[in-house]
Amino acid sequence: MQPFVLSRPKTLVDAGDLARARPQDSALRAGGIDLIDRMKEGLDAPARLIELRWLGEADREVMRALGPDGEGVQIGALVTLAQLAAHEGLGEAHVALREAAGSAATPTIRNAATLGGNLLQRPRCWYFRHADLVCLKKGGSACLAVGGENKFHAILGGGPSFIVHPSTLACALTALDAQVEIRGPEPRTLALAELFVTPKQDAKREHALQPGEVLVRALLPKPSPGQRSGYAAVKEKQSHDWPLAEAAVRMSLESGVMKDVRVALGHVAPIPWRSREAEAVLEGKPASEALFAEAAKAALAGAKPLRDNAYKIPLTQGLLREVLHRVAGVPLPE
Amino acid sequence: MSDRAGITRRGLFRGIGTAGLIAGCKPGERPPTTTEEHGDAAGPGHGEAAFGPGPAPVSFTLNGEARTLEVAPHVTLLAALREQLRFTGTKVVCDRGACGACTVLIDGVARNSCMTLAHDVAGATVATVEGLASGGKLSVLQQAFIRHDALQCGFCTSGMLMSCQGLLERSRGQQLAREDVEAAIAGNLCRCGTYPNVVAAVLDAAKGSA
Repeated sequence: MQPFVLSRPKTLVDAGDLARARPQDSALRAGGIDLIDRMKEGLDAPARLIELRWLGEADREVMRALGPDGEGVQIGALVTLAQLAAHEGLGEAHVALREAAGSAATPTIRNAATLGGNLLQRPRCWYFRHADLVCLKKGGSACLAVGGENKFHAILGGGPSFIVHPSTLACALTALDAQVEIRGPEPRTLALAELFVTPKQDAKREHALQPGEVLVRALLPKPSPGQRSGYAAVKEKQSHDWPLAEAAVRMSLESGVMKDVRVALGHVAPIPWRSREAEAVLEGKPASEALFAEAAKAALAGAKPLRDNAYKIPLTQGLLREVLHRVAGVPLPE
Repeated sequence: MSDRAGITRRGLFRGIGTAGLIAGCKPGERPPTTTEEHGDAAGPGHGEAAFGPGPAPVSFTLNGEARTLEVAPHVTLLAALREQLRFTGTKVVCDRGACGACTVLIDGVARNSCMTLAHDVAGATVATVEGLASGGKLSVLQQAFIRHDALQCGFCTSGMLMSCQGLLERSRGQQLAREDVEAAIAGNLCRCGTYPNVVAAVLDAAKGSA
């Protein structure tokens, strides 16, 4: 790791000013798990780390908030995955987020990694992570996954880059219709989908934050009556691993009929993938095994696998069906 | 363990290690040794604390003892423990937070010391494997590890012990289930596959300390 200056500003305004003064060689640091990893690998060498965990009390309070916010829920960007996984204030309506947080990485990483860092981490693609390779994301002319080893890459929404978005929380938060609050010269609140950048928009980045902008909170809207949710992932290993595929679902059930259905898939596309196709199949219909199979088929209908990742299509379909069965309380077929 | 001419494995490594490391270090990689800000035009800095890139002091409590180190911001807690304080019980394996061999307790919470900067623990309480035994007597947990043969090559053991110690501390007075232990060590990779014996040892230690 290259030496750097460690800055501990007292306010978010100062932190933003510092980051904006030298955008090319400063980095904001929360839990720092992905940042330190990239610095050790030689992918990044910021001359200044600007710490968010040492802010003064007022700003720290916002960024560590975890609990009710009006009729919804607020989660500060500095809340750790472990805190999120253990938070009993997230009931059945929002349990997808607890399940996602509790499944990511390892217990020790979850004790340090934060909501903000999880949403804004860089992709895990092995070509991107290799310091000696210049892929599309690093200014090269091609996505090396296209002609290379692409077992873990995108099957939906890919091109020109075929990374999968690495954030586990983003999958659950997409299903829960979350917003994110951004502080900066012009404070703004975005729908989560607006935070993420597709490779067609800009292959070099995954999020839309400008230098000096800080993601301070995620906000979950007031749940519908009877709202329930769920998240699951498939991994090669149960711990210490990134998912092969993830699915998160939100719905309300009124006499067996599904309302306000949201379906999100993770680790299948360069952004957290909302499946409006699956939602359209499910919305307003009675929950049933046959309908779930149809929804899963619809969710993956547009998939375009690369050489090594066609397995993700049936895998993701099966996973989505499993989550739908669990959330709707319809017993799984034998 | 070696008694040949009073040479120990660790002593031997220490002797050659420092010279070897310095010889292998490109000049550009050696951090400057000043704590000043080098006419840095980074701007505002009103009321912010900033230090580095050279060494700056950090104080914390290590295994019950107050410590102050002069350490550069880019030095990890793991490196500071092993290379500056010579607390070599905490192991370096993957150095990327993927294996758990470097697990320590920071304010009672199990953390990867390889992904933590030494300056992150300013004002905090750090516990390493060296702090488990007291007065030359192994802790209840350590004794249970021995009884249950919960280690083979030993490389994961100090991290494994600290994750388990964290679990015992936060669950004091509660009944522990096998799943609780399995969840607590889900970040500690044991290539020898000693997990069942670790689980048995922790359940035993939990009974003993309750």
